[in-house]
Amino acid sequence: MEKILQVKNLELSFNTQGGEVKAIRGVNFDLNKGETLAIVGESGSGKSVTTKSIMRLLPESSAEFKNGEILFGGRDLTKLSDKEMQKIRGKEISMIFQDPMTSLNPTMPIGRQLTEPLLKHQKISKNEAKKVAIDLLRMVGMPKPELRMKQYPHQFSGGQRQRIVIAISLACNPKILIADEPTTALDVTIQAQILELMKDLQKKIDTSIIFITHDLGVVANVADRVAVMYGGKIVEIGTVDEIFYNPQHPYTWGLLSSMPSLDTEDAKLYAIPGTPPDLLDPPKGDAFALRSEYALKIDMEQNPPFFKVSDTHSAATWLLHPDAPQVEPPLTVIERMKKFPGSRYYEGGAV
Amino acid sequence: MTQKIDKIPELPKGSFERITLDAHQAERITKPSVSFWQDAWYRIRKNKGALFSIVLFGLIVIMAFLGPVISPYAPNAQTITHANLPPKIPVIEKLGILDGVGTLGGKEVDLYEMKNVEVNYWFGTDGLGRDMFSRVWKGTQVSLFIAFVAAAIDMLIGVIYGGISGYFGGRVDDFMQRVVEILTGIPNLVVVILFILIMDPGILAIIIALTITGWTGMSRVVRGQVLKYKSQEFVLAARTLGASDTRIIWKHLMPNVLGVIIINTMFTIPSAIFFEAFLSFIGLGLQAPDASLGTLINDGYALIQFAPHILAFPAILLSLIMIAFNLIGDGLRDALDPKMKD
Amino acid sequence: MGKYIGKRLIYMVITLALIATFTFFLMNVLPGSPIASADKLTPDQRAVVEARYGLDKPLPVQYFDYMFGLVQGDLGISINQFKGADVTDVILSRMGPSAQIGFQGMLIGTVLGILLGMVAALRQNTWMDYTSTFIAIVGISIPSFVFASLLQYWFGLKWELFPVALWKDGFMSSVLPSIALAMFPLATAARFIRTEMIEVLGSDYITLAKAKGASGSEIAFKHAFRNALIPLITVLGPMAVSILTGSLVVEQIFAIPGIGEQFVKSIMVSDFSIIMGTTIFFSVFLIVIILLVDILYGVIDPRIRLSGGKS
Repeated sequence: MEKILQVKNLELSFNTQGGEVKAIRGVNFDLNKGETLAIVGESGSGKSVTTKSIMRLLPESSAEFKNGEILFGGRDLTKLSDKEMQKIRGKEISMIFQDPMTSLNPTMPIGRQLTEPLLKHQKISKNEAKKVAIDLLRMVGMPKPELRMKQYPHQFSGGQRQRIVIAISLACNPKILIADEPTTALDVTIQAQILELMKDLQKKIDTSIIFITHDLGVVANVADRVAVMYGGKIVEIGTVDEIFYNPQHPYTWGLLSSMPSLDTEDAKLYAIPGTPPDLLDPPKGDAFALRSEYALKIDMEQNPPFFKVSDTHSAATWLLHPDAPQVEPPLTVIERMKKFPGSRYYEGGAV
Repeated sequence: MTQKIDKIPELPKGSFERITLDAHQAERITKPSVSFWQDAWYRIRKNKGALFSIVLFGLIVIMAFLGPVISPYAPNAQTITHANLPPKIPVIEKLGILDGVGTLGGKEVDLYEMKNVEVNYWFGTDGLGRDMFSRVWKGTQVSLFIAFVAAAIDMLIGVIYGGISGYFGGRVDDFMQRVVEILTGIPNLVVVILFILIMDPGILAIIIALTITGWTGMSRVVRGQVLKYKSQEFVLAARTLGASDTRIIWKHLMPNVLGVIIINTMFTIPSAIFFEAFLSFIGLGLQAPDASLGTLINDGYALIQFAPHILAFPAILLSLIMIAFNLIGDGLRDALDPKMKD
Repeated sequence: MGKYIGKRLIYMVITLALIATFTFFLMNVLPGSPIASADKLTPDQRAVVEARYGLDKPLPVQYFDYMFGLVQGDLGISINQFKGADVTDVILSRMGPSAQIGFQGMLIGTVLGILLGMVAALRQNTWMDYTSTFIAIVGISIPSFVFASLLQYWFGLKWELFPVALWKDGFMSSVLPSIALAMFPLATAARFIRTEMIEVLGSDYITLAKAKGASGSEIAFKHAFRNALIPLITVLGPMAVSILTGSLVVEQIFAIPGIGEQFVKSIMVSDFSIIMGTTIFFSVFLIVIILLVDILYGVIDPRIRLSGGKS
């Protein structure tokens, strides 16, 4: 698999009036060509900040890279000037945001908003750009694109606006598309449409997608691989099957257990107690331990390293240390593991 | 930092004992909770401009009362032989400024010597030999008085009108707002002038002229806030828990409305001071020999070529007051608007 | 949109009618008015007044005549100062200078104010921001007549750069008064643009524009500027008011033969015809401007112009 993006040991802090907020505390992951990597986590886990730092969209006055590198196209994105980044944004790496209501400039016709990246990054004439823009609108399923070009964002519905945003992001055939919770603000039925559209387009354009979400249902739908983030770090990463059917980190267990499903008959709906850590003063040990019933003494002292579960699956939890005791995950997780060959609870059959 | 490592770390025995943790520990609130007003006060204190203005304004108010008292001359007492003397302050005069020297016929002359004046007039004298120091402070007193009374009346009428209109809504609101629309359609300036023409110029006339339509701004703002908050869920929640109308108004709506009331008042005051000064300048304000900042500026303007100090002192004071209020108002607006958190 | 304009026009008419009625009432009651004090006039003057105002007719007829005349632009006649000349003529003859300094003041103030505001917003929390904000505070706080006096003293008297109090058809005489009038619009525009720009620059669509690869200046001017500018139209009304109020004193200070100066003079000599007439003129002017501003806003903001503003 060709690696198209490599994030190594990324550490980023915000210098605020209250002190240094360590938003990203050591993140490592790769993005393979053509795949969809989902990043899951609660608000405040650092998922948005991570992707914004790939695009260098954070205010340079307060956001500071403390360590690490972001390798793309043979260059370290953390070291590039803003001018150099401008050539990458919208062209090689694109981003779409959560709220379609506010993502588009209300006083600019959408045609112009579509042609803007085309004219900026490619040497084409205005008329050609217009044609391309109309094709893009058609591609995202917008009826009567020629007429729509002159219209303003408020004349479209939420779902349509998100399609426009997607069209804009794909205008220059970027190698990477970062989607920051693109369906969270939409109705469930529209959500499904947009997800289908994105999967379709990915095949057509052969772009790699980083998909941020807190909705595991969406993850199951679109992702090839999943990274679970907590407290500014990735705590578990693996293929979608591995994460859903053989999770190893207590936080992942918590996430999966909090999803109500038709299989959980008597089990109480699990809610992870407590709140995310204060990143002004992050704990020196395992950040999730405080909220976990599986905490070990060592969790309070040292941060666990990544332990390999398979070639594609790792988790950062002391529970995977050979000396660690065997613990029983929540019932709902066990039910899932029963279907996964290779897990402790495997009972035969397939996922 | 978490890195993929192949080497399994060696750890002391007992590291892997399971421990039970109180999940509630994770939920403790790490910062002390701060009330809305404490938070606002904290933020005002951080705004240096506003803080400085509050202090400055405080000093001005104190002087407005002390000034005429500590000066040996009454504000309206005339000593014709001492007319048009430039300012002379005993200690500072050694620095070469405020030393009683003015220009006469193109030459710099010590006018105090020339006119045989032995006493010191700190702010100089005006065309009728009146002590500028006590006049200016008295004038400040009068201007501030007019402004505060006008602002208070505006606030009273505005809050009641806007509050009722917003709280009851429906037809009551519709009607009340129609009236307001028409009233605001009439330019303030026009109203003020028309009223002054009806009544004998004086403090009462100015106050009435200022408040007759001045309250509409406050009523609009208050109504906006009441409408915004009364349909918010916390009010619904309070009502579901059985709170009475009075309780809802006092404990839930008022704190949110109080903020805009204060801010609006902060901006009404300089507006009133300005209008008074303006009216006096065009002759519709207070009449001689009464002193207000506006009349003083008017008097001073007439003598600007020969005795600029007569204009300078009231003008400076007026400007300082206006600037101070605008800065305080800005500071309050930032402090009381919780959306703009750092 | 049409319904909205219609409604506003109706309000406008009602408001003006109220003002006119009120002035009519004043004209008949105030001791200084030629109508009320007709018996104090000389026989010649009396004859003129009676002929013009029809004082022997019953009051309701007078009122109707008055209102009817107003609609046609008849603002009565002035006895004290102009021996029976039409107030309307007097006002129109003086409109030139007032219009010139008013327009210049508004233009200079708005343009410079926008520039100042943009600089402050784009260089937030630097010395440029603080300076610009300081200028804005000063501009809003210090009344125009204080400015005018200062300008006259320093630039006119002391440094002799501009005429002190003279109106020769031309540019130089209008410089100082225009600047004095420009201060409030400048300050208002600067503060407003700064606030709007900062808010706009924090919106999602600006971040998206950045994510498309737009440069700093492209973002500021192609995207942000327009969105910040549109709400500025809403303060054009108060700015016009300030120009009007300001002109009353500024014209006096610089001896400019404009409407404002005439107004103040008339107040001094209690020429109520001119006072009332000018008041009505001012009212019409301001009300029309405010209406125009509202309409303009609806036209320029595409969210309101198209599909009735519903999103």
